[in-house]
Amino acid sequence: MPFHTIRAALALCTSLAAAAIAGPAVADGVVNIYSYRQPDLIKPVLDAFTAETGIRTEVLFLDKGLEDRILAEGINSPADVILTVDIARLTAAKAKGVTQPLDDQTVNNNIPSEYRDPEGHWFGLTKRGRVIYASRERVGDEPIAYADLADPKWKGRICMRSGQHDYNLGLFSAAIAHWGEAKTEEWMKGLKANLARKPDGGDRPQAKAIFAGECDIALGNTYYVGLMMTNEKEPQEKDWANAIKVVFPTFENGRTHVNISGVALAKNAPNRENAVKLVEFLSSRDAQSIYAEQVFEYPVDPDVEPSEIVRSFGTLKADTLPLAEISANRKAASEMVDRVGLDDGPAS
Amino acid sequence: MRRPRHPIARLATVAVSAIVLLPVATLVAIALSGDASDWPHLATTVLPGAVATTVFLLFLVSVGTASMGVTSAWLIVGYDFPLRRFFSWALILPLAVPPYLAAYAFAEFFHFTGPVQGLLRAAFGFTSIRDYWFPEIRSTPGAAVVLSCVLFPYVYLTSRVVFLLQGRNIADVARTLGAGPGKVFWRILLPVARPAIVAGTVLVLMETINDIGASEYLGVRTLTFSVFSTWLNRGSLEGAAQIAMVMLALVLVLLAVERAARRRQRFHTGRATHMKARPPRVVLRGARALAATVAVALPVLFGFGIPIYVFGAYASRRLDRFFSPELGSALLNSVITATLTAALTIVVALSLLNAVRLIKTRPIGALVRLASIGYALPGTILALGLLFALARFDNSVDSLARSFLGTSTGLLLTGTSAAVVLACTIRFVALAEGAIRSGLEKLPAHLDEAARSLGQSPARSARRVLLPLLRPAIFTAAVLVFVDTVKELSATILLRPFGFNTLATSVYENASRAVVEEAAPAAILIIMTALAPVVLLSNALAADKEASL
Repeated sequence: MPFHTIRAALALCTSLAAAAIAGPAVADGVVNIYSYRQPDLIKPVLDAFTAETGIRTEVLFLDKGLEDRILAEGINSPADVILTVDIARLTAAKAKGVTQPLDDQTVNNNIPSEYRDPEGHWFGLTKRGRVIYASRERVGDEPIAYADLADPKWKGRICMRSGQHDYNLGLFSAAIAHWGEAKTEEWMKGLKANLARKPDGGDRPQAKAIFAGECDIALGNTYYVGLMMTNEKEPQEKDWANAIKVVFPTFENGRTHVNISGVALAKNAPNRENAVKLVEFLSSRDAQSIYAEQVFEYPVDPDVEPSEIVRSFGTLKADTLPLAEISANRKAASEMVDRVGLDDGPAS
Repeated sequence: MRRPRHPIARLATVAVSAIVLLPVATLVAIALSGDASDWPHLATTVLPGAVATTVFLLFLVSVGTASMGVTSAWLIVGYDFPLRRFFSWALILPLAVPPYLAAYAFAEFFHFTGPVQGLLRAAFGFTSIRDYWFPEIRSTPGAAVVLSCVLFPYVYLTSRVVFLLQGRNIADVARTLGAGPGKVFWRILLPVARPAIVAGTVLVLMETINDIGASEYLGVRTLTFSVFSTWLNRGSLEGAAQIAMVMLALVLVLLAVERAARRRQRFHTGRATHMKARPPRVVLRGARALAATVAVALPVLFGFGIPIYVFGAYASRRLDRFFSPELGSALLNSVITATLTAALTIVVALSLLNAVRLIKTRPIGALVRLASIGYALPGTILALGLLFALARFDNSVDSLARSFLGTSTGLLLTGTSAAVVLACTIRFVALAEGAIRSGLEKLPAHLDEAARSLGQSPARSARRVLLPLLRPAIFTAAVLVFVDTVKELSATILLRPFGFNTLATSVYENASRAVVEEAAPAAILIIMTALAPVVLLSNALAADKEASL
């Protein structure tokens, strides 16, 4: 390679490097968000926040290692607020020491105490029910309890995503809290034997599988049904959604497992004042109804109604089990999934 | 005591390898810091299955890529048939498709609601999936098919060069002695190309080991999957790092295999550059020509056609997205990051190889080989190791600046996209080093020695003699690294600063909530961006320049 070419390439690279390296936002009127939640999902709420307060939001989406990154960044971490989807992630953030407590009257009034940390380290914002998608054609109107999933009458008829996924681990952790480990493990073996195929994909493909006739019932979160029903770009998803109905399974207390999405104040929070404003806003009625109407989740504020589509599923009676207990069983649940070989599918 | 020669090259090698090995060393430290409390569970329930699945997957993928890559290279080099020139470069196209996108596209394409089963049902009058049997793509063999279809070009590229360079001459000798074409292929061409096939397959296998996107989507529980469930679901980063060590061991075995293969290759390629004159290709006619065309078309149709078909259909319903400013800046970020990474990687690889050239000692050789193990670690895990190391560096600099200058420097590396470029460089050094090394090994060893015996300094010989000759190999290396950086997801997503989206991360922001169709425009752009340099590389290949790899 001629030498001047190399020199030109080097010059180009240096200028590219200068252009690429942009510093983090540390300025007035900004709040830095580390988020497990997809930017698309939180954008409407954050736009409303900016419109109301004039505070800009900077989002960093990360789905693995968010707490570890804050931990590594230490006292220089730019994170103000952490947004996550799973109770276990919220308690993990607290346990790793990357959060700080917040005692704020507005927030405490808006969010019922069962959906926030007693010490104020995290706050639930929305609820999502772990329900059953059942084929309209092939499943009758009988109620289905979580315990029934191990009933041999469902043999070869159940679909689900990986047992190691947050949403399923949340459900299994709740089952351990209700039934104890031994009974839950028996149940999980039964569930495995009833599977139609190896667990894979997300929640939506389970609905598709029912539509395709691969199985008759599947575990899924409530809001996916709303999202599929209103998908104008891919109308075939409406067919999948119409092939299923939502059944609210229950534990013996007659209640359905719910997980939460939530928010925490980061330990460093260089823009703490703005961060607190954001948490207050997220717990407000305005924000709660945006969640309800656009993302089809259940607001934690009991005064805000779920969307019409979600109400058409029936009434969600959320489990009263303390969320902290669900997180505490997570490791046991994850090991149980391995031990039972749930993800290996029905064959082995 | 004699002073060591080439102190600068020595120093550079140690410094470069130290940076490249930084994340791996951090991971080792993390693994050692943990206790063995995860192991009873891991050893009894997780690892046996995960290791078996991983090894089975590696086996299937190596059979798949080797057969697809070698067959197509053999046909392209040795025979003439319709569309041969087109396919000689089109066979590289699947390289532009990231495995996670391929997995999604294949799952869609072969699903009950996809076109294949739809046609089957229409043709045979089936109505439900219970009426017929269809192979399950979401399985270990299915994942092997998906991965093979997008990774085989590595083997195609490496074996093609060997066939071009020498296979012909030996093959012609064998044919004049009365051997049939089949016998020539099995007895002459294949053994001669074996080292190159192994080298290409090792790259493929390293890609397979670090893959998480495709195997997770297809429900295949590999070692990588257990790394993540240990780390994220059981909160044990130490346990996860310990499983990563098991993966490293696997990689070291692969590297040893490759090294053995390369040693034999050196013997075979001794005088490759002298064989410029090549006899014409065997011209195929009729059914045999058709069969050859079909044989080279299939891998392209699968590895490139299916993803383009699936994502193109989604993207065509979202044409407005192509002009969104977000996608524009993601494209720009991808191109900038990939360009910088390619440049930096080439510099690193050249300095490592230069050290090997000048200092023929075991420790230096071992260090250079070790520098490539980052390639096989899952990107997230590698990035995590790098994150801890870089953040500690950033915070030390910051606290020094605070105490001496009274000002904060903040996060110099982890707060900027520098960390992303560094992570990608560390990951892809193996790729660049491999490509340039095979170029270097094809040059007669005495070329450099001749230059130096004529009074040129080692540096001047490198600049005046070796670098110009290596230009095609360097170009190939740059293209491979560029393409892989555009596709890179997991390290980028963990290390990027606020508001920094590449095409891959923007795909993932959508894909991770199970709405891959929303990600289609970005996916198409990834494939197109990765395509541009691939086409450049293909032009070089179409001209049949023997030194191009």
